Formats: sequence, C-alpha cells, structure tokens
Amino acid sequence: MQYALMFYAEPGYAEALPEAERAEVRADFAALVDDPRCVASAQLQPVETATCVRVAGGRTLMTDGPFADTKEVLGGICLIEAANLDEAIELAAHVPTARFGGVVEVRPVVPR
Amino acid sequence: MLASLVGFLGDFDKAEDAAQEAFAIAAERWPASGVPPNPGGWLTTTARNRAIDRIRRERTLAEKIRLLPAPEAVIDEFDDTVIKDERLELIFTCCHPALPLDGQVALTLRALGGLETAEIARAFLVSEETMKRRLSRAKVKIKAAGIPFAVPGAQLLPDRLDAVLAVIYLIYNEGYSGRVDLAAEAIRLGGMLTALMPDEPEAHGLLALMMIHHARRRARFSGEDLVLLGDQDRSLWDHEQIAAGRAELDRAVARGGRGAYVIQAAIASLQTAGSIDWPQVAEMYRRLADLTGSPVVELNRAVAVAQAGDPAAALAAVERLDLDGYLYLHSTRGELLRRLGRHDEARAAYRRALELAASAPERRFLTRRLEEL
Repeated sequence: MQYALMFYAEPGYAEALPEAERAEVRADFAALVDDPRCVASAQLQPVETATCVRVAGGRTLMTDGPFADTKEVLGGICLIEAANLDEAIELAAHVPTARFGGVVEVRPVVPR
Repeated sequence: MLASLVGFLGDFDKAEDAAQEAFAIAAERWPASGVPPNPGGWLTTTARNRAIDRIRRERTLAEKIRLLPAPEAVIDEFDDTVIKDERLELIFTCCHPALPLDGQVALTLRALGGLETAEIARAFLVSEETMKRRLSRAKVKIKAAGIPFAVPGAQLLPDRLDAVLAVIYLIYNEGYSGRVDLAAEAIRLGGMLTALMPDEPEAHGLLALMMIHHARRRARFSGEDLVLLGDQDRSLWDHEQIAAGRAELDRAVARGGRGAYVIQAAIASLQTAGSIDWPQVAEMYRRLADLTGSPVVELNRAVAVAQAGDPAAALAAVERLDLDGYLYLHSTRGELLRRLGRHDEARAAYRRALELAASAPERRFLTRRLEEL
C-alpha cells in the first residue's frame, strides 16, 4: 500500500538544535530517503517561497504565501510503500519532525 | 465465528453478510436434517463457502464488464473442524489507536460484544443514525488506511494492550445504560481478554477492578442519592462477584502486576474488608499517585490518611493540591476541617463546594453536611 507522509513543524526547528542533534536529523532524513520503501520524497523550501493559485472566472489568480497560515507548516513530503498502517506509522515515527515537536501526517494514497 | 470470518475475508461487512446467510441456511435446514455434530464448524464453513461464491461471482462480473478486479481473497483449503480463534486479532483491530476513540468503543461493542447498533446508540444516548455513521467511519478507516488484522508484535504490544484495556474500562464507566447493561458487557469483554491473554497481569487487574466495583452497585445509591462506602448496606453486595474479583486480583499479583488497574483493584478489594485497613489503602493510593501524577488520586490518598486517623496530615496534603474547580476538593476540605474542630472554615469550604455542585443529589448531600455542622 502507498502512503503519503507529510511533515508539519515550526519553521527553523532543526536550525535551533545543537549540532549533535542537527547531525542526527540530517542522518535520519538521509536514511528515510535511502530506505527502499521510500518511493519519492521532497524537502520543501520555506513558506515565504510559496504561491497559492486559484482559477476563477477564467482568470488565474495568485497570492503570496502558503495555503494555511499556521504555526506548524508543511516542510516536506514522502511517498512510501508499506505493507500496512503499522509499518507506515513505524516509518513516520522515525522522521525527525515527529520527535522535535512536529507532526507527521500519514494518509493512504488512492490506488491508480 | 465472526472473528474468524473477518480474519478470512478482511472485511467486517462481508463477514456479517456471510454469517447471516449461514444462519439463515441453518434455520431452514436443521429442523429437517437435525443439528450437525459440530454446529460452530458447520456454520463457519458454510459462511466461508457462501462468501467465496459471492467473491467469485463478483469477480466474474467485474471481468465481464472490464472493471478493476475485486480485491483478492485468499481461497485456500481449510480444515472443517478447526475454527481458528481470531478474537484477539479482532480486539486489537477494533481498539487500534489510529481509530477515533468513539469508533473503537462502538466497534468493540458491535464486533465483540455482539450488540445491535440500536442498543449501542441507546447506551451512549445518541441516535441510531449517528451510531451507524460512527461504526461505518471506523470500518472504512480500517480498510482504507490498511489497519492490519493482527495481534501486535512484542514491541508494540504493551502500548496496544493499554489501548484495549482503556476501551474496555471506558465501556464500563461511560455507557449510560438504561436497558443495556454496559458494565456487565465490559466485564464479559474483560473476561474474554484474560482468557485469550492469561499471562497479562493488567488484564486480570482490570477485570478484578470492574468485578469488585460492580459487585457493590446495588448498595451505592439510595434512590438518586449516592451512599458513601462506610454507610453502604453490605447485604446488598454481590459477595460471589467480590470473591471472583479477588481471585482475579490474586492472578494479577502472581503475574507481577503493579500497574494502575492492579493497584485500583487492590484498593477496591481492601475497601470490601469487614474492617478497612486504611493505612494500606493510603499506601496503595500513594503508589497510584506516583504512577499517574493525578491530583485526584492524591486527594483520595489524603482521605485514606484521614480515615487512618491523621486528619491534620490529610489537610496538609489537600492544601497542596491545585484542584480549585473540583467539588470534591472543597467537600473533603470541609470534612477535614470539621474533624479538626475548625467549624467556621468547614462551613466556608462546604459553601464553596455547593457553588460547584451540578446536580440535585450533589446539592442535597452538601446541604446535609452543612446542616450537620
């Protein structure tokens, strides 16, 4: 089964950590990307770089900033292949975001 | 039987349909042909066969009209006489923490308790439609999110077992019954769990707690008014159930149980003694307070300390608590101040408690206390 893992955290949480923990964070993200179960992944640039697009009345409208103006922001995404939800949760629990005050949302992907 | 069908089919609704078909066939045939020697096995086999037929027909139809194929069901040869008991898998699936808690409770009662949706709705004071949606949501999530039908591995088991125990205890406490005795249902589920996991101390602890507590229910109320433990008519207690609860507690302790349910069961057991060992009760509450960090538990410990003969120490403990919005903090303070002869302060405490009282029985109780001063 495929799941999307979406990482929500306060911007700059990793930069605020001491070097030893920052190295841990980098290593854990690298391990996730290297995991054979990780199908695709992307770290997103900060929300200041985001643009929201809507189409109305035949016109393309855009606004600066992320969809939701929240304290925790979407920082990255990962598509994984897992046997069941428990396996997906186990992978999600190892994402550094989860243990440094953030949240990893785990949602199954609609099969094509 | 339902559990093994859910395990086999991986789908609650299909399992229920198959089970109903099997029962219908039995109702037709058995009056004429007689009840088979292994009725459970016959029913399960029949249900599986019907389900397999249905899946085959659906797949053929899907192929014919070129839809995506229906999900694979593993159709293997199975032993007619051995019905694999998959109730444990079912319990852990129903109580998976990824499900909303009200869904866990509803599903456990529906799938393991065998209660009708309408009964569950009545017990929780919601409409049948609401309960149907709650159940449906939980079943959909299990399927869509891939919640596995399995007993968790050793690493996950402690947390998952805690979740199961919490659901059973919630059923015991939260159902507002009426015609449905949810407390008895919770005890039945607790018994099922201890039979399936006989080596788990906290499962025995929870069952002990529920049984001993339940055994005192007829003495707990006089009309609508709560009767304090010390004033209860013990002849109204179910002494057989208390004995059974104590036996469960012994089993829990023999297996090294020292968790929250075991401690609470020990307290309940101590409180059913002819002459209550209050220092021991206080010690149990102290252990529970250490485990849970709960100020309400600490309040109960203080009460036990007072009952053991030291109201001054009890009052000191109570004054350290941050529970200003809690009615029983103030009523306890009031009682302790009364015992220490500080009647004016006692009256003030009871008046504060009265301000917080939310029900007529509570107000009656506190007013009586005030008048007695």
